[in-house]
Amino acid sequence: MRPATRRRAFLAAAAVVGGLLVWGMGGLPPAGVYNGPYGLVLNQVAVPERHATNVVAAVTFDYRGIDTMGEEFILFAAVVGVAILLRTMRGEAEHEPEEEVRGRDVPGTSNAVRVAGLAMLGPIVLYGIYVVAHGHLTPGGGFQGGVVLATGALLVYLSGEYVTLRRVRPVNAVDRAEAAGAGAYVVIGLFGLVAGGSFLYNALPLGTTGELVSAGTILPINVAVGLEVAAGFVLLLSEFLEQTLVLGASGRTGP
Amino acid sequence: MKPLEYLPYLVAAWLFLVGVYGVVTSRNLIHAVTCLAVAQSSTYVLLLAIGFRRDATAPIFFDVPLGTRAVDPVVASLALTDVVVGSTVTALLLALAVQIHKRLGTLDPNELRSMKG
Repeated sequence: MRPATRRRAFLAAAAVVGGLLVWGMGGLPPAGVYNGPYGLVLNQVAVPERHATNVVAAVTFDYRGIDTMGEEFILFAAVVGVAILLRTMRGEAEHEPEEEVRGRDVPGTSNAVRVAGLAMLGPIVLYGIYVVAHGHLTPGGGFQGGVVLATGALLVYLSGEYVTLRRVRPVNAVDRAEAAGAGAYVVIGLFGLVAGGSFLYNALPLGTTGELVSAGTILPINVAVGLEVAAGFVLLLSEFLEQTLVLGASGRTGP
Repeated sequence: MKPLEYLPYLVAAWLFLVGVYGVVTSRNLIHAVTCLAVAQSSTYVLLLAIGFRRDATAPIFFDVPLGTRAVDPVVASLALTDVVVGSTVTALLLALAVQIHKRLGTLDPNELRSMKG
C-alpha cells in the first residue's frame, strides 16, 4: 500500500474510532466524580486490615497479588525473550569491547562524568533499596525501586568503560538473581497456601502500622520484585550494550 | 456537561489516535516502537482519569489520617501493571528491531515486504 493511501485509510478509520471514543466517553461520569465502590471501600479497610499505609501497594501485592505475580512473569518472560533474540548468532564474532561508533572516534569519557557517576552510584543504590523497602508505607515498591537500582549499573557504564560494567555484572549472578526474585514471589504465595489456606494469603504477622517491618507479606514480596526487576533491567541494559559494543557486524546476512 | 471535566478522556483518546497514526505512517521501526508507547500511554491517562476524585489526595495514609478523601487505589495499581507491561513490550520490540536491522540491513518497515519465512 502506498504511504498516501495508507494515510488516507488511517484517517478515515481514525475518524470513526475517534467519534466512537468521544461518544462512549461522553457516557462516563465526569473526571473528578468517582462512583465506583472498590476504591472507596479499599481506602477505608486496607490500612486496618493489612497495616499498610500505601493502599496502592496493598492492592497491588495483596488484594490482587496473584495478578501482580502474572505481571512479574510477563516481565521475566520478556527479559528472557530479549536475551534469546539478542543472543550471539551464527557467524557473529565477539570482539573486544569497543568504545566507539563504527568509522568515527568518540571522545573519551571526561573525568567530570566519571567523578559525578561514581559519586551518584552509592546514593542511587541506597535510594533504590529505600524505595523497595518502604513500598508498603510510602509511594514506591519493588517495581519502582528495582528500576532505580538498575540505573546504578547504567552509572557504572557511564563513568567507566563497558569492560568495568562486565566485571561488576557477573552474568550468571544476575541471571540467578532474576530467577530467584521471580521464584521467591511464588514461594511467598505457597507459604500463604500452607500457613493460611489460600495462595498468597497474608500469613505473616502484620506488625504496627507505619513501621518498616509491617504489613505481613507485602514487604517480602516487594523485596522479591525489586530483586527481579533490578536484575531484569540490568540484563536488558547489558544485552543491548552487548549488541553495539561487543558483537561485530560480521554476522550480517542480508538478502 | 462541562468540557473541562471530560478533558482527561479527550486527552486519552487523542494520545491513542496520534500514537497509532505514528505507527501507521512510520518509516523507522524504532520510531514505530516509540509511537506505540505513546498510544499505550493513553491507557494510563484513561485509568487515572476514571479513578480521579476532586479535592482528593493520593491513597497513601502515612502522613494523612485515615479517612482523608483519596483517589481510587485500584486504577493506580492497574496503571502500575500497565507501565510494567508497556516497558516489557518496548524492550521486546526494540530487540526485534535490532535483529531486523542485523539481518536485513534496514529499519524501514516499507522495505520489509519481501520478508521471507
